[in-house]
Amino acid sequence: MSERLRVDPIACTGHGACADLLPEVVRLDEWGYPLLTAGELPAGLHRPARRAVAACPARALLLERASTPGPRTAARQALPGQLTGSTQDRGPQ
Amino acid sequence: MSAPPLTRGLLGTGDPSLAAHLAAHGPLTAVPDLAGVAADLTGRGGAGFPAARKLRAVAEAARAAGTTAVVVGNGGEGEPAAAKDATLLSRSPHLVLDGLQLAAGYLGAGTVVLAAGSAALPGLDRALAERGDRGRVRLVALPDRFLAGEESALVAAVDGGPALPRTKVPPVRERGVGGRPTLVQNVETLARLALLARGDAAAGHTLVTRHTAGPHGRVVDVAEVPLHARLGDVLPLHGGTQAVLVGGYHGSWLPTAVAAEVALDRAGLASVGAALGAGVLAALPGDRCGVRETASVVGYLAEQSAGQCGPCLNGLPRIAAALELLARPGPPRRGLLEDVQRWSGLVVGRGACSHPDGSVRFVASALRVFAPELSAHAAGWCTAAPSSAPFLPVPGGTR
Repeated sequence: MSERLRVDPIACTGHGACADLLPEVVRLDEWGYPLLTAGELPAGLHRPARRAVAACPARALLLERASTPGPRTAARQALPGQLTGSTQDRGPQ
Repeated sequence: MSAPPLTRGLLGTGDPSLAAHLAAHGPLTAVPDLAGVAADLTGRGGAGFPAARKLRAVAEAARAAGTTAVVVGNGGEGEPAAAKDATLLSRSPHLVLDGLQLAAGYLGAGTVVLAAGSAALPGLDRALAERGDRGRVRLVALPDRFLAGEESALVAAVDGGPALPRTKVPPVRERGVGGRPTLVQNVETLARLALLARGDAAAGHTLVTRHTAGPHGRVVDVAEVPLHARLGDVLPLHGGTQAVLVGGYHGSWLPTAVAAEVALDRAGLASVGAALGAGVLAALPGDRCGVRETASVVGYLAEQSAGQCGPCLNGLPRIAAALELLARPGPPRRGLLEDVQRWSGLVVGRGACSHPDGSVRFVASALRVFAPELSAHAAGWCTAAPSSAPFLPVPGGTR
């Protein structure tokens, strides 16, 4: 099953546990807030990703089923390997 | 500058009464397919989202949830340089209320709200009383904050909380006011719906707030203009105009020569990397410094961050402080511009709302358009007269 990580930017307080537990796809910016590698979670990282989600003190890291992105989400999506913040559904607002 | 040509369309005659409204537009008749009527209408709150798609999306969400939808008219014009929604509400409240009534009818909405700055509420209350709609539409006062009109912040305010944005999952169209599917529609969009329902071709015009230099300082007015117009025909650009701000404080600076020729519609502005946004058009006169103007606005934007998302909370004040330094004549610290660019990259797409994205879009356009001014500053001089006050309005502006 394809999954994707997302950060709730309001809940996130920059503890940085995610980057410790999941350095393959999370690094911290210069203020300590997570930057996620865009796209679906690579195979083999599902268990550590679940651990990172459970370890987030702010409950701000979310693992979601990768659904078909809407047009605007797709436009915001960086290329695989590029770093991004939280990609969110910004459909009809 | 002479008085603007106020068309009879949205801005009316200046008489906000129901009698004047009915004399100009006639009574509102039922519209079987409002979304069909709104096919060519885009939202006028800033994002330009197609009105028909939004109507249908909320109707669908209400059906799926098995509940009734809520309709909120958004008059929260937090943008300090924008006055078009406030002007519309004071001049033609009944067009807005007609649009609200149409949207509520289409969605079968149980709750109908009109949210606006507190100055607009007495006039709106009078208009509601004239129509016998006082019990049907709830008026909500919005705080005078930049983000108060942001969709999710507006919903929070209507629900009685502080007007702060929230994450967009789930979206307001699915879970808005009271947790119910909610249509949030800008007041100009609603007024245009009311004209479209009467068979008027209202989708091809838009309200703009114009800022130009007059003999006694800045002149601000609101006009209704065709979207296919050249910007240079809508905004008087004098020989001395340095640059044009399009869209507002989440918008873009354009070089005057580029701005003059561009069409105001979505495709035209997109071709030069701009968007109409909140409908602000400002012609920066030749004796002002674009970098100083930008620094003053970005200082305000940083202060108006809701402070909820780390990258925005950390990034915008740093960018604002760097711009303050760049706005002073004298060689800047090495790497300062690169810092601004790196911080800009770090805030984009990482907020719950579009405040960081819009703010750094504005900054990036300034660094492009005012590159010659930045070079002049580095060499120790500035275009602006030292005594000149900022051109663009910034609330509480002592910067």
